[in-house]
Amino acid sequence: MKPRTKFILGGCLVLGVAGYLMASSIQETGVYYLTPTELATKVRADSSFTSAGVKVGARVVPGSIQRDPGGKQYAFKVTDGSQIMPVVYKGIAPDTFTDSVDVVVSGRMGADGTFQAKELLAKCASRYENAPDAKYKETPGYKAGARKA
Amino acid sequence: MTLIGELSLWVALLMAAWSTTVSYAGGATRRIDLVDSGIRGLYATFAMVLLASIGLWTALLTRDFSLEYVAGHISAAMPSIYVFTAFWSGQAGSMLFWALILSMYGTIAIATSRKRNEELAPWATGTISAILLFFIATTCFKANPFIRLPFTPLDGRGMNPQLQNPGMALHPPNLYLGYVATAIPFAFAIAALFAKRLDAEWLGVVRRWALLSWFFLTIGIVLGMWWAYVELGWGGYWAWDPVENSSFLPWLTTTAFLHSIMIQEKRGMLRKWNVVLVVVSFLLSVFGTFITRSGVIESVHSFAQSPVGPWFATFFFLATGLSIYLVGVRLKDLEAKAELESMVSREAAFLYNNLVLCGIAFAVLWGTVFPILSEWAGKPKITVGPPFFNTVNVPLGLLLLALTGVGPLIAWRRASVSNLRRQFTAPAVSGLVVAVALIAAGMRDVYALVAYYLCGFVAATIVQEFYKGVRARQSIHNESVFTGFVRLVARNRRRYGGYIVHAGIVMLFAAFAGLAFRTEHDISLRAGESFSVKDPYGHQWKFVSQGVSYFNRPDRDVLAVGLEAFRDGKRIGIIPTEKRQYVDTQRQPLFNPITEVGIRSSAKLDTYVVLAGYVRDKDVAEMRVTFNPLVVWVWIGGFLMMIGGLVVMWPQAERRKPQGGYAAVMPASRNEAEVAVPA
Repeated sequence: MKPRTKFILGGCLVLGVAGYLMASSIQETGVYYLTPTELATKVRADSSFTSAGVKVGARVVPGSIQRDPGGKQYAFKVTDGSQIMPVVYKGIAPDTFTDSVDVVVSGRMGADGTFQAKELLAKCASRYENAPDAKYKETPGYKAGARKA
Repeated sequence: MTLIGELSLWVALLMAAWSTTVSYAGGATRRIDLVDSGIRGLYATFAMVLLASIGLWTALLTRDFSLEYVAGHISAAMPSIYVFTAFWSGQAGSMLFWALILSMYGTIAIATSRKRNEELAPWATGTISAILLFFIATTCFKANPFIRLPFTPLDGRGMNPQLQNPGMALHPPNLYLGYVATAIPFAFAIAALFAKRLDAEWLGVVRRWALLSWFFLTIGIVLGMWWAYVELGWGGYWAWDPVENSSFLPWLTTTAFLHSIMIQEKRGMLRKWNVVLVVVSFLLSVFGTFITRSGVIESVHSFAQSPVGPWFATFFFLATGLSIYLVGVRLKDLEAKAELESMVSREAAFLYNNLVLCGIAFAVLWGTVFPILSEWAGKPKITVGPPFFNTVNVPLGLLLLALTGVGPLIAWRRASVSNLRRQFTAPAVSGLVVAVALIAAGMRDVYALVAYYLCGFVAATIVQEFYKGVRARQSIHNESVFTGFVRLVARNRRRYGGYIVHAGIVMLFAAFAGLAFRTEHDISLRAGESFSVKDPYGHQWKFVSQGVSYFNRPDRDVLAVGLEAFRDGKRIGIIPTEKRQYVDTQRQPLFNPITEVGIRSSAKLDTYVVLAGYVRDKDVAEMRVTFNPLVVWVWIGGFLMMIGGLVVMWPQAERRKPQGGYAAVMPASRNEAEVAVPA
């Protein structure tokens, strides 16, 4: 066998194993990324869907965050505008987790309709900058300047 | 000054358009006056973009809040250093920053290589100017930092305190410097394809710029990891977030290129492949900027959803289309000049190195864009997380680590049994010693054991190379160990600089494998209460809460807890952790409260304490204590890679001619003669 052929065979082996690992780990670890509405639709259509791990991206309903007096459990509601979904999360919440931020929760839907989150990621639009149109409206000086003018 | 800056930006747009048109026309018609004019156009673009940048910096430093960009990113009270770095902290500024770096790189690259690459200069200039045209146009029309507010606020919004950190001041510009540097090799590759000058001559320029790109990407990525680790408080430094991945992708392909180019220099092989790698590295940089800037992929980095997305997508597809077309029509000119002779040879090891690096890049890309692909395929959006990336990349990464040890030592063309025995006996034994010692110490994690075996193996190959080199110099030149070492490295910068980079890689892998043993403990303590736990090495730790204290600083209100730490009964010190609320001059809160992580580092272990919350009525502080083994080696390894990169890049005077039999096929490397050291 020519070395070139051998190399190609070896390469196929390496890439084949990598491809197999990719395919199988997507099967095993890939999770649906849904909005609360999509999740509710899925659960209505198939009640066994509650056992599947999913990620839900939505916005925290202002004023809904309740911190357990014990400290590390949070109950809050998220919404995509049409569907409101209660969530329970145990663990340390990121600093950016507060009213009206976009969050991504991963976990599974409980039988009682409350989402049991194992992971909570909060996005903060102001971490880098605000949305262009809203940017300067919240500027402290905006109000001060407007009052003066 | 801001007015001059804004005007300069528009002039720069015209200059870039001029330079693009005239350079390509000059390349096609071979008219030297057009070529010269195009090159002058590029220089003028640089001057204009520089003027525009000075305009923006002036506006920032004089705190001209009438500009939307200034009011949106800084405040009167911010330290000047962060006001300076605010230049690139927003969308508009970072677009201008791209244009600034690219025009500067382009000017340097063309000015220094013009004489040597007469044929390539017009095409390279035209390509650089075309890319510049895109960036300047996007800045002018879609993300202009000189837009004025209809009123002048008294103060700006300031910068998120988490970004006011030296790591974060340096991380973005380094990444930009790295990203943008991929454009120069791309421009020269496109030029070589246009001009049909596909010999080794364009490789010299390309290799230098690819190396520069690699160097800055490495620094940028490591600084980003460090920042995430010390500021964000989730206990890790890499989360396989799409934005992280997009900086990793061009790093992988550039690393692959820096290895495969040696095969082309020495043996005239892999000519197509190298062109493809150069092109792909640039496209991945653009793609990375696109996904970070457009918000098409869910990321915790959430930059502003912005109107530049479609522009980037268009540019990306145009550049991809042009590259595929050009490579396609020139394929027959890129035939290899030599064949692979044996599977047991340096060529084969480097080929596998490239295969694995590109395999990792593909897996990372696939995982990153999978949510979009699954949506396009008509299915619900599916995301993959760290488990996917780890399952695929850990085995590939270990294979790569093994090749790191094999590649540099195995003989060219065809390795003999005696070559293998001479080079690899000691390293293989060293690896075994490490693995056996760890098994004896109780380690049972298979992946970690393989990783440490390979770390031992590769480290031993590096030590062996330095040892042999220094010994050879000692016997020939009668030098001391130290002089011998310094001269060895100084006279063979590419080779020994590369080994220094590899040593850094070994440290990184050792640190990554340490992650398998990290442990986390959530604790709740009142003042005076204590918590005892064993760390992954089996040492007994005791943490005594010093209670909660409040205090105010001019710019922040702080809630702090100190943990007095003891290891095996010996006092280590107090580890403080804080919740900070930054406030403005009226003590109104700015941004969200942030957590200040308490970290106690040692070579073996980081003790990482995060204040999660405070229950006022019970006076209980909630904390998470994490034992992170070997984390400092990530930073040390990263630093070593930077040093190695510097050694390789450091210009070498042309006093040594290539020695040995490969000189005939290595014209591109005439500046960096690799001197064979007797083994």
